[in-house]
Parts: sequence; C-alpha cells; structure tokens
Amino acid sequence: MNITENIISDTSDWSSDLIQRYDAEISRIAADYGLDTYPNQIEIINSEQMMDAYSSVGMPLGYHHWSFGKQFLETEQRYRRGQMGLAYEIVINSNPCISYLMEENSMPMQALVIAHACYGHNSFFKNNYLFQTWTNADAIIDYLLFAKKYVSDCEQQHGIEEVEAVLDSCHALMNYGVDRYKHPPGLSAQEESGRQKEREEYLQTQVNHLWSTIPVKENADDTPEETRFPTEPEENLLYFVEKNAPLMEPWKRELVRIVRKIAQYFYPQRQTQVMNEGWATFWHYTILNTLYDEGFVTDGFMMEFLQSHTNVIAQPAFDSPYYSGINPYTLGFNMFKDLRRVCENPSDEDRSWFPDIAGNDWQKTLDFAMRNFKDESFIRQFLSPRLIRELRLFSVLDDDEQDELEISAIHDESGYRHIRAALAKQYDLSMREPNIQIYNVDLRGDRSLTLRHIPQARRPLNRDTNEVIRHLSRLWGFPVHIETINETGAENITASGY
Amino acid sequence: MTQIIDRRINGKHKSAVNRQRFLRRFRQQIKKAVSDAIDSRSITEVDQGEKINIPSKDTHEPVFGHGPGGRRDAVHPGNREFVSGDRIARPPNSGGGGGSEASDQGEGEDEFAFQLSREEFLEFFFEDLELPDLVKTQLTKITNFKSVRAGYSTTGVPSNIDIVRSLTGALARRIALRAPYSVELKEAQTELFALQNTGEHTTRIEELEEEIRRLEDKIATIPFVDTFDLRYRNRIQKPTPTTQAVMFCLMDVSGSMDEARKEMAKRFFILLYMFLTKTYENIQVVFIRHHTTAKEVNEEDFFYSRETGGTVVSSALELMLKIIKERFPTNDWNIYAAQASDGDNWDGDSPNCSALLNNSIMPLLQYFAYIEIMPHNHQSLWRHYESVKTQHRNFDMQSIDSNNEIYPVFRKLFARKPA
Repeated sequence: MNITENIISDTSDWSSDLIQRYDAEISRIAADYGLDTYPNQIEIINSEQMMDAYSSVGMPLGYHHWSFGKQFLETEQRYRRGQMGLAYEIVINSNPCISYLMEENSMPMQALVIAHACYGHNSFFKNNYLFQTWTNADAIIDYLLFAKKYVSDCEQQHGIEEVEAVLDSCHALMNYGVDRYKHPPGLSAQEESGRQKEREEYLQTQVNHLWSTIPVKENADDTPEETRFPTEPEENLLYFVEKNAPLMEPWKRELVRIVRKIAQYFYPQRQTQVMNEGWATFWHYTILNTLYDEGFVTDGFMMEFLQSHTNVIAQPAFDSPYYSGINPYTLGFNMFKDLRRVCENPSDEDRSWFPDIAGNDWQKTLDFAMRNFKDESFIRQFLSPRLIRELRLFSVLDDDEQDELEISAIHDESGYRHIRAALAKQYDLSMREPNIQIYNVDLRGDRSLTLRHIPQARRPLNRDTNEVIRHLSRLWGFPVHIETINETGAENITASGY
Repeated sequence: MTQIIDRRINGKHKSAVNRQRFLRRFRQQIKKAVSDAIDSRSITEVDQGEKINIPSKDTHEPVFGHGPGGRRDAVHPGNREFVSGDRIARPPNSGGGGGSEASDQGEGEDEFAFQLSREEFLEFFFEDLELPDLVKTQLTKITNFKSVRAGYSTTGVPSNIDIVRSLTGALARRIALRAPYSVELKEAQTELFALQNTGEHTTRIEELEEEIRRLEDKIATIPFVDTFDLRYRNRIQKPTPTTQAVMFCLMDVSGSMDEARKEMAKRFFILLYMFLTKTYENIQVVFIRHHTTAKEVNEEDFFYSRETGGTVVSSALELMLKIIKERFPTNDWNIYAAQASDGDNWDGDSPNCSALLNNSIMPLLQYFAYIEIMPHNHQSLWRHYESVKTQHRNFDMQSIDSNNEIYPVFRKLFARKPA
C-alpha cells in the first residue's frame, strides 16, 4: 500500500476545506482515544480580532469597560513592537465549544490548534469536576449577552461614570466574588432576566430587615458580642455586598452580581492552568503523532509542528534571563506524559511511589486524573521523582526572619516529597491569595464593615490594600476596616477606608 | 459536527468602544501628554499620531494580594550546583526581608505607553482651542474634494435634471419618430387637396380623410417628454487645485515674552499652518524673530532660544519684505504672515511699522494676522495696527490671553469672501 495516498495536504496554505478534512481525521483519532467533547465551533479571525479576544479576557462578548481598552492598547503596543507574538488560539468554555484560529497560522499550526483547543481543552472543559461544578457551558453565552445588555442599559439610565465606578470597585474584588464550597443553581438567561426584576424588589425589602435587630428587647448584659453579623464569616465579599449593602440601589446590586457570576465562571480556570494546558498539549502531541503514523501528514508538516511544540513547552532555567516562573505547559505536558510512562513502562521507583497506577491502562488513568483533580491536588498526587529529576526542581526558602535564603530541598531522595508539597502549595489558590473574610458589621453603630485577614506564614498584604478597601466601602456605602490577626491572636487594624 | 465560521469580515474594531472608554477616563493625563508633545514638535509635524506615556500608577487596577515578607518556599527549575541546606545571599531586588516597607518604595515608576492615532491626537489638540465641529472635520480630512460639472448623464436625481438638454433631446426624438408618418400625411394631404380641387365626390376622399386622422392621431400619441429624454447634470469629485504658499511667522523674542506666551504663540502658528495645508499643497514656513534687530532662524531657535533687549518691530517687517522680494515672487506664491507679540515696541518705531505695512507689505500679502498676547494694556503698536486694519481687509488683529481665544482670528481668515 502506498502510504502517501493518505496525505491531506503538503503545503502550508490552509483553506476552509482543508481545515474540515484535518478536523475530521483529528476528531476520529480523538474519539479513538476516548476523548469526550462538546461539539466544536471553529472561528477564523485576524490578528486584530485576536487582540480583541485577548483584552476581553476570553469572553466572546463582554460589557464595555476602560480596563479592557487598556489591555487592548497594551497588547497592541507590544504586538506592534514585536515584543510578543499572539497566542495561536483562544478557546471558550461553552457549548458548542468556540475556538478562535488566527488567519496568519499555517496549515500545520491550524491542525495543531484544532487538536489542542477543539479536542484537548474542549474535553477538559466538559469533564473536569471543577468545570462541571462551577460553570454552565450551555448558558454562558446567553448570560454574557444578558450582562452586556444590562450594563449598557444601566449606562444609558445612570450615566457611564456611575456604572464605571461600580464596575471598578467590583473588579478590584473580583477574586473575592466566588463561592468556593457550594453549588450555585444554574439558570438560563431567560430565567435569569425574568427573575432579575423580582429579585430587585425583593432584595430591597430585605435590606432594611437587617437593621431591625436594633429595637428588640434590651437584655442589658446578655452577651453583647454574640450579635455579630454575619454569624459565620463570609468569604464571598461580593455576594455579601450584593445581598446586604444597606443603601445600595437595585441596579448596582445587579452589576455586582454580574461581575460575581463572571468571576465564578473563570474560577475553575484559575485553578487548573497546569492541568488544562498540560492536557491539551499532551493531546495535540499524541494526536498529531498518530496522524503522522497513519500517513496523513508529511515530514515537513511534522517538522513545523514539532518546532512550535518545542517552543510552547520550553522551560528556561531559573538563572536564565528569560525565566519567569514555571511554564504551565511544560509542567502539565510532562506530567501527563510521565503518567503515561508510569502506566506503560513503570520502573521499580514508580511501583513504590504509585502502586495503584503503575502498569494500569494509561488511557483510563489519564482520564481519571483529568476528571478528578485541580492543579494543586494533581501535583500532590502525580508528580513523580523522575520528573523532579528531569526538570531539576529545587525549592528556596525565603524567610524574612533570616538574613539569607536557604535551599530547602533539591531533586534527591530526601527532597522529592518536600518539593512536591511545596510546588502543589504554589498552585493552591487559598495560599496564593490572602485569606480575607467578612467578619462583622457594626449594626448598632456606624454600620461599618470589618474584614479579617488571617495571614499565611506571616505574609503581609500588598500595597493595594488601602485602595481595595476604599473600593469596598464605595460599594458598601459605609466605612470598611480590615484587621490582621497575627500569630499571637492579637488584632490590629491594617487599613480603613470610607 | 464541527462548524467552521469565517469571522474575519465582520467584527472589526470591536474594541473601539473600550478604547474610547480608556481615552475618556485618562483624559487629563493624555491631554497633558498631548500638550507636551505639541510643545516639542515641529509645526509641520503636528499632523501625526503620537506615542503617549501616562504614569502606570494611574492605570493600575488594585487587588488584594500578598506583599513581600513572611515565609515563602518557592520551587524553581534548572538546579545546577545547589544542595539542600545551602544558604545564599538575598538578591537585592527580591523585595523580601524585614524592612519590606522601605524596599517597596524603591520600585520604579513605570509608564503605560500606547499609540494615539492621528485623529485622536488632533482631537485632543483641538479641544483646547474650542474649534467648531465643522472646522474640525475640515482640518482632519486628508484631502479636499470639490464637486465639478462633468457633462451629462442619463441617470441622476430630479433636482439635477437639465431642462434645456432634456427638451432638446425630446424634440429630436419627436421629429425622428414622427418622420415616417409625416411623409405619409403629406402625401395623403396632397392627394386629398388635388381631389378636392377637381370637385369630384368619390369615396377616395373619405378614405383619405380617414387616413389623415389616423396619421394625425399617431403623431399626437408620440410623447412630448419620455424618461428616455431626460438628461441630468453630472458632477464628479475633483481634488481642489493646489498651489503653493509661504507662511511667515514673526515673533518678538525680547525678554518680556515668557515661555507661556511663546507656547500660546506656537499654537497660533500651528493652527494657521494646518489651515494652510488644507488649501495649499506646498507650504514653506519662514521664521523671523526680532528684538531690536530681526533674523531669519530655524524653528528650534525660533521657539526656544532666549534673548533680551528692546523691541523694534519694523526690523522684522523689513526683513520679511526683503525675503519676499528675493525668494517669493507674488505671482508664484500665496503669502501669509502671522505675527505674535506682547505689544511692546519702541514708541518711535510704530509709525514706521504701519507705513511699511500700508505701503509695501500689505499689497503683496494674502493675509496678515497679528495676535497680541497681552489682554488689556495696549500700547502704541496696537493703535497703529488698528489704522492699518481700517485700510486693508486682509489684515486682522486680535488680543488673546488664553488658548481658546486663538480661533476667532481664523474665523475671519476663512470666512467665505465675496467673489
């Protein structure tokens, strides 16, 4: 049999037909490997549109805000000066799964992107537990449309400045506008807008109820501290503001809610960067190699593909001028590849470290890992000593009570566990972001809101704190304080704002 | 299953709104940057975009985060020679350490840089000058077109119908269509006339009468005007004829003209230059500065070098006259002059100035604009110039004390002049 008969194309030019044919083959191979995906929608765009997509943080339709304009200008400036290339692709967690392909890409690049985004990311979005719990791929486009319209209606009614001020404040608190532990009910856009009016009215009546605790019976010395509100600390700051800010107008509550919803939508992505990119990179690598083995693509195609693949997973060493932290593509790709090796070709070391996995079916093992973990737990579970050696990982302890930095572990027998734990922690959102919760509202006094910051490993808050507190008090409408509980348990006020 | 959509055709400039929002929010900072840019630009380069820097602390979006300090265990790749337990000196810029507050302050004040397009740049420039919108569009437009007649066409709007042309055509058509019937009619009429003369009453006469009626009806049904006849005046867009002009910038650089006044003068010169670029293809700018003596200089020296001393305005006028005679014959050049001054002049010199203008200079010029950057306290020069103004329609003067007063001078300059 003449193997070249299968070859789909041998030039670097792409056309809509060719994309379709590559997609058909890639889709077949992906299905053979058991990838479960949403239907795909591939959109061809130019570089300007790609910059648009960049600056709206990957939302296919966002409301208008100056910060997106700022990002656009920044991207444009750097792109024009040649300081950065644009991403080959952007993919939206929606159903159908929308992927943007740039027109500048050559055919091999388009095939890479299709395998990476339309089958890699797509299957991750559909099956990872965090995405299943926190996002609703069917409704997101409708919701964004609703949000965009609502914001622009508000702008017409209340003026751009007013709306912008509220959104500024919400954006400052966006990372603190997510639920971490309970499942929000998924609503379709119709239900959402239907309930919105109802909600407005209802909320307004509820707000004042909150203050009605004041005139109840005066049991003079009955444990006055007990009247803390909220009774349990609240970690979702925007949620608390939306539901409880005393004098907030209904439309502002809705804006807070919109930002909160969008933050929640992106919450899983912030926790699965290594896994998500690693998974997609692993699959474009595997699928395109299969395509080559079956004789669908030429040697030239593979050379071009391998070149960009190598660029994507390049990891400069810590002392290189190009070093800017660990490349999530490298780490994720290598972990999945290593996981496959542990299954297919385990060493004695692997057998002792991964007794449950070594020698198992690799497809099932990878599928299990993809579905049930986030970056932090994935690394804690699957980072192997061999990969630690390959990447020559080491950890540096920076303690402000000591004069010098200390190398706390390197890639040796005594260091593997330490490095694995330290790296996992590095991807733990609750370690990366300060732990700040709403602690109390002074119901009897000036209605001021008190936040509590519980530091991890004595790490202080950054210089933005004061400004963020002012944003919060703009939303709350009354003074806001933040207190830090230090190791001895004493409280000291770090910042206040009104 | 997969759907492929080509989005390249639509959705251009999707971020345009967000970009405008950004420009609006940082209006003050951008305006300052634009104003700085104008001061550092050459007059002839004003018509371009500009890279704008604004302090990034203004565009910073704050979020909660960890500051430097505390205890951190960070993992890095690419270990070479470290073993556990090694201790290394803290790199100076890591920002860690006990005295974190102090090291925080040391961080550089980065600038947020971006490119302002030509249109956006001009918009910020015009904002200060309070130009009417119509003028703004005229200035921003790159080429001016004039619509000129270009024969006739068979299509067009009713208001452009050329009646004479159309009716001439209609007449020709009517004659042409009538021709075969007219011949037959004439024959029939001659025959009828002959028969009637013989006096016989035959059926032939009735037949002929019938025939004549039929032909006359035929001729009557030929339409007077058909849509086919209509001719419309045709107009095409033609770039306006361009010629060359020279612009003289005259400025007093004696000690009393301070930086602020010079900047105001510069804006005035820029605006005149831009107006002229819209009208003339080729413009030369001549800079003449003077105190007691006048000198032709380049733009750099014109605006930025300082001199002191008394003021003799006529020296500049004389130099201008000399240059015109040597280099700019009036049959080839349109000559404009703009003079900026604080009104100081040596008293005995002002009559010389008005005499020079009245007798020698004004007849050569298209326009002379004088601005005095000194609102209320006019001296002898102003009074003498006022007398020049009464004699020459193309002489204009204005005293200003802020940027927004510059424009009215131009209103007059570009007011439609009776033919």
